[in-house]
Amino acid sequence: MKDWFVRNRIVVGVTAMVVVIALAVVYVVATVRDQQAAATQPGAAVASGLTFVDNGGGQNLVSTLDASGKRTPGSLKCLRVYTAAGTTVCLRMSLPGAYEAAVFVDGKEVRSVPLPGTPSRARVSASGKIVSWTVFVTGDSYLAPGGFSTRTGILDLRSGELVESLESFAMTIEGVPDKRVNENYWGVTVAEDDNAFYATLGSGNTTWLIKGDLKARTMATVRQSAECPSLSPDQTRVAYKKRGGRLGTWQLYVLDLASGKETEMPGSDGVDDQAAWLNNTTLAYAKVQQGGAPTIFESAADGSGQPRELVAAASSPGPVA
Amino acid sequence: MYVASTRRTKGSPTDGGIRPSRVPTTVVLLGTVSLLTDISSEMVTAFLPIYVIFNLQMSYLQLGLLDGIYTGATAVLRLVGGHISDKVHRHKAVAVAGYGLSAATKLIFPAVGASSVGLGGVLAVDRAGKGLRTAPRDALISLVTPKDKLGESFGVHRTMDTIGALLGPLATFALLTWLTTRPGPIFMISFCFAALGVIVLVFFVRQPRLERVPGKVVTLRATADLLRNKGMRRTTIAAGLLGLATISDAFVFVLLQQVSGVSPTWLALMPVGTALTFLLAATPLGKLADRAGRWRIFFAGHVALLGVYLLLLGPFTGIALVIVTVALHGLFYAATDGVLMAHGATLVPEHLRASGLSIVQTGQALARFASSVAVGLLLQNLAFGTSVLISISAMTIALVGVFLLIRPEVSR
Repeated sequence: MKDWFVRNRIVVGVTAMVVVIALAVVYVVATVRDQQAAATQPGAAVASGLTFVDNGGGQNLVSTLDASGKRTPGSLKCLRVYTAAGTTVCLRMSLPGAYEAAVFVDGKEVRSVPLPGTPSRARVSASGKIVSWTVFVTGDSYLAPGGFSTRTGILDLRSGELVESLESFAMTIEGVPDKRVNENYWGVTVAEDDNAFYATLGSGNTTWLIKGDLKARTMATVRQSAECPSLSPDQTRVAYKKRGGRLGTWQLYVLDLASGKETEMPGSDGVDDQAAWLNNTTLAYAKVQQGGAPTIFESAADGSGQPRELVAAASSPGPVA
Repeated sequence: MYVASTRRTKGSPTDGGIRPSRVPTTVVLLGTVSLLTDISSEMVTAFLPIYVIFNLQMSYLQLGLLDGIYTGATAVLRLVGGHISDKVHRHKAVAVAGYGLSAATKLIFPAVGASSVGLGGVLAVDRAGKGLRTAPRDALISLVTPKDKLGESFGVHRTMDTIGALLGPLATFALLTWLTTRPGPIFMISFCFAALGVIVLVFFVRQPRLERVPGKVVTLRATADLLRNKGMRRTTIAAGLLGLATISDAFVFVLLQQVSGVSPTWLALMPVGTALTFLLAATPLGKLADRAGRWRIFFAGHVALLGVYLLLLGPFTGIALVIVTVALHGLFYAATDGVLMAHGATLVPEHLRASGLSIVQTGQALARFASSVAVGLLLQNLAFGTSVLISISAMTIALVGVFLLIRPEVSR
């Protein structure tokens, strides 16, 4: 009787294992089939076109939307992507737990830079010459065990020079040369002259919009409470996110550099993305809707009107170059 | 079945001695449970940064903080898990609850979505499961193993555990690269590995029969009285003291990358190197500990860790430094992690085994948590070199203190 029970117990156990494995296989196969259908769903018409990462279709294929809303899946797989003047930067996984920034010029890979952490922001300057990114690094944030901090890299394709961390630049905080060790930089946007740039400095509980000079390797604060800046194509305005919306979530603002006037983007509450200028009047950004996947919206840069949904289950918006 | 296998020896109540050199089947089965569970949890750990940043578009900084706090807080749950399993004489049942809790969280992840409170809560439940199951599982390993093979048994268990920890990120990478980056399948497959682990535990692992002996009662008082045992008290203090001088792996790797001057990509490979050395060395060092003295090997492991800190001062640089340091770091784990439990098991009577082991584990975990916060504060205010020197001094003081504290009578 006992022998029978022992044998039976093993049969039940093995059966349970087979059932669990079968369920997993069925679920994964169903999901993969479903995502193949999602990859070709049309999006909204975008006047000047849109490049994005397809999160719904799976595998993060870089896809485009044209002026008629037609969606074309590409072959490149990235976690973050940005394209300008024929240069594409693609932040992607290279090994389990390891990431790289792959740089493509006219479709050909010209450089790949190993990244020290999980990618979060990617940009290419308007000329296509300067590529930048931000990653989260584990172990760098000292107070929380397992906490994260950020590292920002800038690659100059003309000279091949690579800045692995902005921490090596000289920093001036509100007029005072800075000596602090624990600083985080993120979200770079480079100006038309391929030398000036804007970024975010976070230290303690404060964030600043900073303006830097790549040749002089210097940076100085511009104003407080601004993150992930993005410079407009006409170089007159900077879009950034700022805490202060409902429950201290982020909200997008556009700052007029000449007048210092800040305009709120309605309906952008809860955004956590570096906005991208599709042209001088339109901003695109990704935002997660409650319980869902990120969705890409466009918004009038003058703050008029509500955001318009462009593509569901997609992130990393940028203009088509 | 061989006739010989049905005759039970006194030392190993559940396993027969077909081949005397083998560790008990229960240990291998518990190793399998840990292997499957570690694949599951490391799949999620590897996916979490991508999930939070790309699928949920949340700030990872917040979540990292929550995670650290929960890990520290739920270390105390080990005491609860240990006490309950001794009290009800059913280590396996408590372990099933712990493993089951962690398995269930894998299905809850997609449901809480982009809420840092929700995600933090799910992580807390996962850690709570880990806290609950660790002491009864280690007690089970020790209860089915003859005393002279404890080091080997724990070594085999930790080897299998680490194999799972290495396979998890590989599974996530393969899924993300070849099939999908959608979160559903990753959480589902992670849940399935955890469920397979629970099934192995429920259907294949057997709770060793423990006789209730009058007079040997399991009460909170009896548990607390364990610390009146000289060996137990000194072991707990020693493990805590050394834990206070231990800086977390993440700091070691970041410092090592800076000192060695190698490419930041190596940051991703360093934990793999440590884990590989750990899994290769855990069983041989466990065997060695059985012969040479478990406490001696545990102590030697911390001397190896002191070596790691000394190397962080950069006597040489480059890939050679990374390889030597990472290998030494893996040896530290192999010489200490299972060996401490093997040593602890010899100091606690059977009816209080889980409680006793949980006291040692909790002391060590809390000390390490306190140390990583302290080292964090150091690094925020001081230069790297100074912080490393302070860590070296702390480890040297701890080693000297522990050497003086532990007398020969508890050295085995």
